[in-house]
Amino acid sequence: MKLNYLDELEAEAIYIMREVAGQFDKPALLFSGGKDSICLVHLALKAFRPGKLPFPLVHVDTGHNSPEVIEFRDNLVAELGEKLIVRKVEDTIKERNLVDGKGKFPSRNGLQTYTLLDVISEFEFDACIGGARRDEEKARAKERIFSVRDEFGQWDPKKQRPELWSIYNGKVDKGENVRVFPISNWTELDIWNYIKRENIQLPPIYFTHSRECVLTDAGQLMANNEFLTLDDSDVLVTRNVRYRTVGDMTCTAAVESEAYTVDEIIAELKESKISERGATRMDDRVSEAAMEDRKKGGYF
Amino acid sequence: MDLLRFFTAGNVDDGKSTLIGRLLFDSDSISTDIIETLTKQSKTTGIDADIDLALLTDGLRAEREQGITIDVAYKYFSTEKRKFIIADTPGHTQYTRNMFTGASNADLAIILVDARNGITDQTKRHSIISSILGIPHVLVCINKMDLVNYDEAVFNQIEADYNEFAIPLKLNKISFLPASALAGDNVVKSSDKMTWFKGPSLMEFLENVEIIEDTEIKDSRFQVQYVIRPQTEELHDYRGYAGSVLSGSFKKGDAIQIFPSEIISEISKIERNGVEVEEAFASEPIILHLKDNIDVSRGSTIVPFSQLPSTEKEVNATICWMDNSSFKEGQKLLFQQNSFRTKAVLKEIESKIDIHSFKDLESDGTMNLNDFCNVRIKTAETVSFDSFRKNRKTGAFILINENTNSTVAAGVIG
Ligand SMILES: Nc1nc2c(ncn2[C@@H]2O[C@H](COP(=O)(O)OP(=O)(O)OP(=O)(O)O)[C@@H](O)[C@H]2O)c(=O)[nH]1
Ligand SMILES: [Mg+2]
Repeated sequence: MKLNYLDELEAEAIYIMREVAGQFDKPALLFSGGKDSICLVHLALKAFRPGKLPFPLVHVDTGHNSPEVIEFRDNLVAELGEKLIVRKVEDTIKERNLVDGKGKFPSRNGLQTYTLLDVISEFEFDACIGGARRDEEKARAKERIFSVRDEFGQWDPKKQRPELWSIYNGKVDKGENVRVFPISNWTELDIWNYIKRENIQLPPIYFTHSRECVLTDAGQLMANNEFLTLDDSDVLVTRNVRYRTVGDMTCTAAVESEAYTVDEIIAELKESKISERGATRMDDRVSEAAMEDRKKGGYF
Repeated sequence: MDLLRFFTAGNVDDGKSTLIGRLLFDSDSISTDIIETLTKQSKTTGIDADIDLALLTDGLRAEREQGITIDVAYKYFSTEKRKFIIADTPGHTQYTRNMFTGASNADLAIILVDARNGITDQTKRHSIISSILGIPHVLVCINKMDLVNYDEAVFNQIEADYNEFAIPLKLNKISFLPASALAGDNVVKSSDKMTWFKGPSLMEFLENVEIIEDTEIKDSRFQVQYVIRPQTEELHDYRGYAGSVLSGSFKKGDAIQIFPSEIISEISKIERNGVEVEEAFASEPIILHLKDNIDVSRGSTIVPFSQLPSTEKEVNATICWMDNSSFKEGQKLLFQQNSFRTKAVLKEIESKIDIHSFKDLESDGTMNLNDFCNVRIKTAETVSFDSFRKNRKTGAFILINENTNSTVAAGVIG
């Protein structure tokens, strides 16, 4: 009997999470409040209930989140009775005297790495589970499911371990850690089909709503919010929009949409000609190797 | 809908990445913003086309700079008929371990051959790997037909050469396809320049090729990944063994034996997705409960009492050595089979496989990068296994260098 493809992807993800629990002393699950990490939590519950999750949820809070996402996070954690660790990029900036993101749509994506590496060493995490998917970006498409990082959190794409069958080698020395990506093989559409099948709840900003937005030069829609400084020349428009990914309010664009339900989102995605990152991210347009460089620096 | 996992292999520059790029481009599977970026990047690679389709999978800076694939890239697409996971692997000998990585989970191998060069060492090496890995189906894609005037004779010659070379490999099923990845002939649409070829285009082939399953495996196998013990007040005595059914099926009430402890017990309960079920099947992640309160830890293998595996402290296997530093008989390692890990020593390198003839050559007692060897490994704890031919899940293992933590070899038990 061949499993249906969603069952197959689910089984793979659960298998990987259980390997993490079995192989590491101090794992963590990085939780951003986005759809991918919400699916990860759902999968973790399937892997470990009725037990407690063998790892805390860790949120690296950039301080530029939408309030709906933070509210959703707190409700979810309260409902599950699991442990949440929050570390703020804001605090890292103060402690380490860092320079905050600049420009009109300032990104804290790079700064996030400092906070992430700090929280990893604070708790001595030896494995961090993340919701990155290989279909998101060309450098991610190259990364192993168990991605070994050195003590500076750096990814070296030329030194990846072979990864054979579903035999995962998580052996690292003290101070090093492994980033683990259980949903590597899922696409954006798989995620939505799974959300539908499992009836997974999401923050409301994934569904269309009317919002005042700044129309950028590139034609993207940025929700008007407290973190933006508007110029006189900015064009404000009110549109029905939703988010394809949850990121910083300062540098994640919304997309125009009439999708009120998961079914409508699935239908919309099937028609969409633009990739998830292309539609929403402003920071990866800076360079052709932006993601690869961030990963080499310790980012997810 | 089902899922087909395939990979591309073959010599450097035979056109693997271009073929995948073409397949996705012509089937309208690439987003417009990605095409825009690729078109911009293509201006700098100096290839004579509007868009260098290999850039779609060559996602690392070094790959773009050197125009080669270094590590495997995974791509995803689907049609009305099927979902596909593609692993585009590197052709460079130096990166054979990355090719192995992409190949290990696949249902189908696409081995490319440059029509001008015919079969090369890498064609052979990758075919041998496909054979060792028991890949159910190999498609030999004779590419760059545009550079040999789409000549049927060239195609026929390579097909004949390959068939002859492949006899000792005992590949399950071999198909052939003439194509031009660059021009798009026989990739998504059938070529009007090769009307002599009566077979399907690559896309038609992929959509319809039968996925050969491991389901003939009769013997049931389960391995414990993690023990769940909530130790709360209401679940005080709960002790569940979390893991996936590796093969076969398990039923409540089955008499089982646990290895390496050899303890005998009975399945008292099976949970799947938080609910109790009567029976669980291959690939399903479950939690098993046993009737007796015994000590079962991670890595233990559970099997029905009526279907015992081989249990030995010594295995004979074919391995591919993947580390840059060479290795000698008598050196120690870690042996890992799924979640079971034990110390091991390489007792003997019995022979080395010659990639030209697929014959066993005498070994000098060392293994070097990319060598295929028949070896005897002694383990500290008893391994429960089946031969890889019989069961891909319990017949495969990796070897880990205890000092560097690297994965240094992949092995299949004979
Ligand atoms: N004329 C012609 N050129 C081709 C064809 N397919 C690929 N090429 C060219 O061959 C060169 C190598 O192509 P790649 O797709 O990068 O080769 P590869 O097999 O992926 O190489 P590695 O991954 O480095 O092993 C490029 O210049 C391609 O444009 C073809 O069908 N016809
Ligand atoms: Mg390539």
